[in-house]
Amino acid sequence: MEKEPFFSAKNLKLLTEPLGRSNPVTVLVLGVCSALAVTVKLEPAVAMAVAVTAVIAVSSFIMSLLRSTIPNRIRIIVQLVIVSLMVILVDQVLRAFAYDVSKQLSVFVGLIITNCIVMGRIEAFALGNKPWPSLIDGIGNGLGYGMILVAVSCCRELLGSGTLWGYRVIPSSFYIANGGVYENNGLVILPPMALILLGIIIWVQRSRSKNPAKR
Amino acid sequence: MKATRNFFDNIRPCFEKGGRLHFLHSTLEAFESFLFVPKTVTAGGCHVRDAIDLKRTMTVVVMALTPALLFGVWNVGFQHYLSVNQTVDFWSIFLYGLGKVLPMLAVSYIVGLGIEFASAQIRGHEVNEGFLVSGILIPMVMPPDVPLWMLALATAFAVIIGKEVFGGTGMNIFNPALLARAFVFFSYPSHISGDAIWVAGLSNGAGVVDGFSGATPLARAAAGNLPFSGMEVEKMFWGFTPGSIGETSTAAILLGAALLTFTGIGSVRIMLAVAAGGYLTGLLFNLIGGSAYMNMPAYQHLIAGGFAFGAVFMATDPVTASQTKTGKWIYGFLIGVMAIVIRVLNPAYPEGMMLAILFMNAFAPLIDHCVVQANIARRLKRAKQAKI
Repeated sequence: MEKEPFFSAKNLKLLTEPLGRSNPVTVLVLGVCSALAVTVKLEPAVAMAVAVTAVIAVSSFIMSLLRSTIPNRIRIIVQLVIVSLMVILVDQVLRAFAYDVSKQLSVFVGLIITNCIVMGRIEAFALGNKPWPSLIDGIGNGLGYGMILVAVSCCRELLGSGTLWGYRVIPSSFYIANGGVYENNGLVILPPMALILLGIIIWVQRSRSKNPAKR
Repeated sequence: MKATRNFFDNIRPCFEKGGRLHFLHSTLEAFESFLFVPKTVTAGGCHVRDAIDLKRTMTVVVMALTPALLFGVWNVGFQHYLSVNQTVDFWSIFLYGLGKVLPMLAVSYIVGLGIEFASAQIRGHEVNEGFLVSGILIPMVMPPDVPLWMLALATAFAVIIGKEVFGGTGMNIFNPALLARAFVFFSYPSHISGDAIWVAGLSNGAGVVDGFSGATPLARAAAGNLPFSGMEVEKMFWGFTPGSIGETSTAAILLGAALLTFTGIGSVRIMLAVAAGGYLTGLLFNLIGGSAYMNMPAYQHLIAGGFAFGAVFMATDPVTASQTKTGKWIYGFLIGVMAIVIRVLNPAYPEGMMLAILFMNAFAPLIDHCVVQANIARRLKRAKQAKI
C-alpha cells in the first residue's frame, strides 16, 4: 500500500473543517459551558484554548493507537483514564509555568475532562481512524474551539473592561469618572452576555452559509 | 385628508414592483397604514375582522400613556428646581422637563424605528408597529439623567436581541421596554440605581441645596427610614417624588388604566391581579412583622415606585402576558407577589417590579399550558361522567 503523505488534502481538511463548516462550538454546540466561563478576559481564554487543544490532540492520538486493543465494552473508562491523565498533565504544566492564569482558570482546567468536544472527537473520530489523522483532527477541533473562545473573550474584555490582554485599549480619559462620556458595560462581564455573543456568532455564521447543522 | 390620499395614490407606483423605490415599499406601507385604515379586504372563507387593527390599538395605548408622560415631564423639572431650591413658574418647570425627556424620546424612536424599518426592508416584511408603544415606554422607565448613548444602546439591544431575533412584533418572549431597562440596569448599574440619579442635575451637583436627598420612597423604605407621614403618602400617590420619568404618579397612571379598561385594550384582569398579589403579600409581611419595612402598610406598596406603572402598562403587554383568562389571574398575581418579595427581602434591589415582570414573562407560556391542560382534563372527566 502506498504511504499517504503527512499533509495530504484529506488531512488538511481535517484541520480546516472544524474552523468553519463543522466548528465544534458554533455548529455542534459542544463545550459551551467553558466558553461562557473563561471568556471574561483574553489571556485565560487563550490559555484554555491551548490547554483544550493539547488535551484533545494527545488523547485522540493515544486512543487511536490503542483502538484495536481495547475491548469495546470498556472503552469509555479507558478514554476517561487517558483524558484525565492529560488534564492532570496540562494542569501541572499551567501551575508550573503560568501560575496566575492557572489561578484565574481555577476549576475549569480540571473540568476539561467534562468538555464534550474531547470525548466527542475520540468517540466519533479517533476510534475509527489512524493515529496521525486523529492527532490532526484533535488539533483542528481544539483550534476551532479556541477560535470562538478568543472571539468571544475579545469582545467581552474590550467592552467589559476596556482592555485587551490586560493592556488598556480605551483611554481612561474617556470614562465618565474622568470627565469623559464612556462607561464599561457590566452586563458583558456576566455569563448571559457571553451566551448572547455566542448566539450572535452562530447567527452570523448561519446567515452566511446555509445552516451547516442541517447539511 | 383628500390631498394626503391623493399624494399616496400618486407616489404608489414608484414603490410597486419594478418601480424605482421598490426597496422602500414597506416604509411606504408603514406610513400609509398609519394614516389610513388599510383597504385590504379578506377574500374567500369566512373571517371575523375587528375594525381596530394593531396600529389603532397601539395609538390607544399611547393615548393612555400620555397623562403619565406629561406628568413625568413636569415632575422632572419640578424635582430639579426643588433640588436647587428655586421657585419658578409652571412653564419653566415644564420646559426644563421637556428639555430632558424630548431628547430621550427622540433617541429611543430613532434607534428603535431605524432598526425596525431596516429589518423589515431586509426581510421583505411590513414594518411592525409594536415599537410605537415601546418607544415611549423605554424613556418612561429610565431615570432622567441617563446618558443618551446608553439609552440608544439599550434600545438597540431590546429591539434586536429582545424582539427581532424571535421574529419581530408579537413573537417576543420578554417585554422590550423592560428589557431595555434591564440592559441598563445590569450594564451600567451606577446610572440607574442609588440616590443621586433620580433627580435631573443632581449627580453633577451644581447648585444643589445642602442636605437635599434624591432618594426615592422605595430607597428610603429599604433603608428602614419609615413610616411615611400622611402627607408623604399623598405625595407618592400624586407623584411628586423622585423616580423614573413615567412611574411616579399613580393618579396619572390610573387615568391611563381607566382608558385601557374602557376600550378593552389592556387586560383589567392582569391589572387587578397584580394589585391583589402585591397587596396580599404586603399584608402577609405585615403579619410576619419584624422590620420597619415589613410593617409598612400594604397599600403603600401599590403607590410606591414602579408598581402601578408596571401593573398597568408592562404586565398587560398582550404579547408577553398569559393568554388564557385564568392564566392572566395567576400571571398577574405572581407578578405582584414577586415584586413585593424582591422589594422587601432583597436589600440589593429597592425596586422589584422590573425583575418580577420579566421573570413571569418567561413563565407565561407555561401558565397557559397548565391552564389549557387542566381545562382539557376537566372536560374529559365531565364527558366520562355524562356517559355513565
